[in-house]
Amino acid sequence: MIPFIIKRIMQGIPVVLGVLTISFILMYMAPGDPVLALVGDYYDTATVEKLRDELGLNEPLWFQYGLFLKRISTGDLGTSYVTGRPVLSDLLQKLPYTLQLAGAAMLIAVFFGVLIGIMAALLHNTIWDRLSVVLALGGISAPVFWIALLLILYVGVEWRLLPPTGYGNITFLLLPAVALGTRSLAMLTRTTRAFLLEILREDYLRTARAKGLSEIKIIGKHALRNLAVPLITIIGMDFGSYLSGAVLTESIFGWPGLGRFALNAILKRDFPVIQGTVLFMAVLFVVLNIIVDIIYGWANPQVREQLIDAD
Amino acid sequence: MQTDLTFLVKRRLLRDPFAVLGLVLICGLIMLAILAPIIGSPIAQDLGQRLLPTGSSGHVLGTDHFGRDLAARLAYGARVSLRVGLLASTISLTIGVILGLLAGYFGGWVDTLIMRFTDIMLGFPVLLFLIAISATLDPGLDTALIAIGCVSWPPMARLMRAQVLTIRSREYLVATTALGLNHIRTMIRHILPNCMAPVIVTFTLGISGAIMAEASLSFLGLGVQPPTPSWGAMINEGKDFLRIAPWISLFPGLTIAMTVLGFNLLGESLRDALDVRLKEK
Repeated sequence: MIPFIIKRIMQGIPVVLGVLTISFILMYMAPGDPVLALVGDYYDTATVEKLRDELGLNEPLWFQYGLFLKRISTGDLGTSYVTGRPVLSDLLQKLPYTLQLAGAAMLIAVFFGVLIGIMAALLHNTIWDRLSVVLALGGISAPVFWIALLLILYVGVEWRLLPPTGYGNITFLLLPAVALGTRSLAMLTRTTRAFLLEILREDYLRTARAKGLSEIKIIGKHALRNLAVPLITIIGMDFGSYLSGAVLTESIFGWPGLGRFALNAILKRDFPVIQGTVLFMAVLFVVLNIIVDIIYGWANPQVREQLIDAD
Repeated sequence: MQTDLTFLVKRRLLRDPFAVLGLVLICGLIMLAILAPIIGSPIAQDLGQRLLPTGSSGHVLGTDHFGRDLAARLAYGARVSLRVGLLASTISLTIGVILGLLAGYFGGWVDTLIMRFTDIMLGFPVLLFLIAISATLDPGLDTALIAIGCVSWPPMARLMRAQVLTIRSREYLVATTALGLNHIRTMIRHILPNCMAPVIVTFTLGISGAIMAEASLSFLGLGVQPPTPSWGAMINEGKDFLRIAPWISLFPGLTIAMTVLGFNLLGESLRDALDVRLKEK
């Protein structure tokens, strides 16, 4: 297992470097002069030139890239044009809120997605099965921001079941978490249903039935264990959608996480914050993917061997 | 043989109710886009007619906060969505197919280089990457369209590479090399046509992804700029009037869902009809 973990982490290094390079290029392409944005409306030319020198902006591009990598390696993601605060400290302060929302969304998606998927497979070809297929298709096709608005309108405003927007106790978490988790829930429903239908036809389950095992034992002991591997893959792949979806969901529900922070920066054209947030979320995404792959490798020895034998 | 396959696929598609539903939804969208000028002007404002509910005379779906006809804006929005869906998906198809073909055909360092680059691109969550590009560059329809195309090619490249790898060792390809055919001719005439089935499926599914991405960008104000109608932007404009005029946001959302559903159903039915496995090898 250790060689597998080391190999997977090594594979992540060029990806992180690539992510850093693309972020640098985007920052370089950003319109406007970063120094003028820093000094504000009233400035003298000498100060601007001094700052330009200090930031290395008069140096060649490759040198600037080197400075950028050095800066990032010390955890310096730049300073906000608007607040003058370091981007990283703001990001770290917002991160727990996004993780809280993404975690709740994932719990809802996994619990209900797998449950509905199992029910659909067990009740194959009944009205409940068809209803689950239609719901899953709808969940995958409807935009997350539209679902969010529908939840606010009906659950929050019309029926007054939950607070429509804002941050507070657990009741405030439910609506944004449902909105963010809907797409993942729909995908998990479809995958669980499809895999379970395939597994239920396998010979070893027929044998288990012939031995007289109850249907609950067969599902719980044999089928669900085989279902774990594809489910981990889907859940892992969905990390990206949770992070991207957070930008949309948090801004609609007024959730104080990374997504709303990024959107505010976009609206104010605060480029260091935009780039810092994107970089932070992309690196977070790569790291989470590595963790998922390690869990995946732990659950499935074949994957582990394939990666180690790849050389 | 090719005609037989086309006939078989058509027959399988027409027998599949999901495929038929998908085709109906897509045809409806195309009709809506074509008939847009007949339905009305998407930018004509009439403040005396603002926030008219669905079913009002002269405004079947109602009006928005500027008194603009919602049906006309939806129809023109269909043009924007179709354009983005088709063009962005074509860009990603072109980049993905070329890179995947080169990686799979040549192997070695070409393969390593392209696939590492693909891994880096996959390292970014797509929407986040799009937000970064659109926020950095000048937001607009063309920026969104090109950005979506340039960001969403990696799955196509991986798929294409896997396809090429499976057919590269076949006898007829060994024969073309023995006959001295050049690489480009071999790739275009002998490999590409044999990889088309999964490419068509991924292209179709890519259209729905591109439409959703554009809607998300426009919702955030980073896609199509006003007054050009875009479904995502319409939902955003309507969110401030959600309580008194929910129809402004409801109809565009429903239209996005129907459109994405249409392309998803068609794509998945095509996958079944062509009997291709898109699982990466």
